[in-house]
Amino acid sequence: MPIKVLIPTPLRSYAGKQAIVEVTAQTVGEALSNLVVQNPDLRKHLFSEDGKMRSFVNVYLNDEDIRYLSKDATPVKETDAISIVPSVAGGR
Amino acid sequence: MALAIDSSQTTLSNEEILRYSRHLIMPEVTMEGQRKLKAARVLCVGTGGLGSPLALYLTAAGVGTLGLVDFDVVDYTNLQRQVLHSTSDVGRLKLDSAIDKLRAINPFVEIKRFDTFLNSQNALEIIKDFDIVADGTDNFATRYLVNDACVLSGKPNVYASIFRFEGQASIFGAEDGPCYRCLYPEPPPPGLVPSCAEGGVLGVLPGLLGVMQATEVIKLILGVGEPLIGRLVLVDALAMRFRELRVRKNPECPVCGTHPTVTELIDYNQFCGIRGEESEASTSVKIPEIPVEELKRRLDGGEDIFVLDVREPHEYQICNIHGHLIPLGDLPKRVHELDSSREIVVHCKSGARSAKAVDFLRQSGFKRASNLTGGILAWAERIDPSLPKY
Repeated sequence: MPIKVLIPTPLRSYAGKQAIVEVTAQTVGEALSNLVVQNPDLRKHLFSEDGKMRSFVNVYLNDEDIRYLSKDATPVKETDAISIVPSVAGGR
Repeated sequence: MALAIDSSQTTLSNEEILRYSRHLIMPEVTMEGQRKLKAARVLCVGTGGLGSPLALYLTAAGVGTLGLVDFDVVDYTNLQRQVLHSTSDVGRLKLDSAIDKLRAINPFVEIKRFDTFLNSQNALEIIKDFDIVADGTDNFATRYLVNDACVLSGKPNVYASIFRFEGQASIFGAEDGPCYRCLYPEPPPPGLVPSCAEGGVLGVLPGLLGVMQATEVIKLILGVGEPLIGRLVLVDALAMRFRELRVRKNPECPVCGTHPTVTELIDYNQFCGIRGEESEASTSVKIPEIPVEELKRRLDGGEDIFVLDVREPHEYQICNIHGHLIPLGDLPKRVHELDSSREIVVHCKSGARSAKAVDFLRQSGFKRASNLTGGILAWAERIDPSLPKY
């Protein structure tokens, strides 16, 4: 089913400048794989070379961190939104 | 979340009562709340983008003791957002400039200055005399240091960070609340996430986030409302949308979990840098460099050198040295525009992006590509002072 993935500003330039990308998926993991297939430049920002999700990028299904749901296997519904939230440090 | 701030011995003068009258008439504050504010001690780490609004509003609100940590000097490029500092302060210590402004706003606030770079040796000692820490720093190493020092000292860390049009805010290290490491266990490798100096930041964004931090600090002191504990607010200024995500306390967190492995401050540069060495090792061999003086001399001598500029078009508009413009991100698909038999000197703003471009070009068979050391900033500094710097 189609599901929305919200792309944060720092990563938009790797996703064709889009703020929201729609992908077809049954689980969060599938949604992210399809996202980087559609936007190959995003891959290295989300996954390490061994294919693991990077530890400084968090993924939320609606307002919940998927680490506390079923991680990649977390099922998604059409009304859900996946958010990618990378750590940023700026402050000066 | 109740802070143990003892305001029993604190009194307000008639002058202070008049000054804070708009607070005193609110049932959420009253005389008692204002006395708590006066008894409270808040440490602002950094007096830059976030630290400016934080310190200004906490001072105006009557926080009794305000600690400021900064080692930096006011730079011309700070003025677009660091509203504590004025044009005439350029070149002064930020602390000197900040203290002048804050004293002028509210002479009843005691300001403690820490003219230093917060590090693993001094952080616990500095933090121990404060009730709340507000993190307005700008790099991952200091972010993790402030977090760990707050957790180890049992002090709440009112947090915000910014990038371009986006900000994040939360409170970490509160009793029973999550910490920064619960949210992000590890920092990104250096180079993968650009800093504000590289990526830019909308000037008002630190204002927005710094004021949110000041609000949370004041709520913690007063003990009113719902503190931003266990919640991360995301601000997207472009869409002007605020979203909220849950942040859970991670029982396996190395610093605040049930079996902590970090029980004292560590080397944060190493913590944030080791991974960078890994990623650099995976890239490549040494990049050949050429100083600006040598490029100038050889171009003046009529040598055939192709100058390639890998910055963005909007940067090219600010200043350029007539190089051929191909933004770094477009280089792979536009590489056919280049002639591998010619000598190519690649530049960007200060040399980092062009190093990546040279690495890519050499791997693609452009054996005569080299990197202009220091980029167009070095050219503006040492060859053509009429060029604007940015």
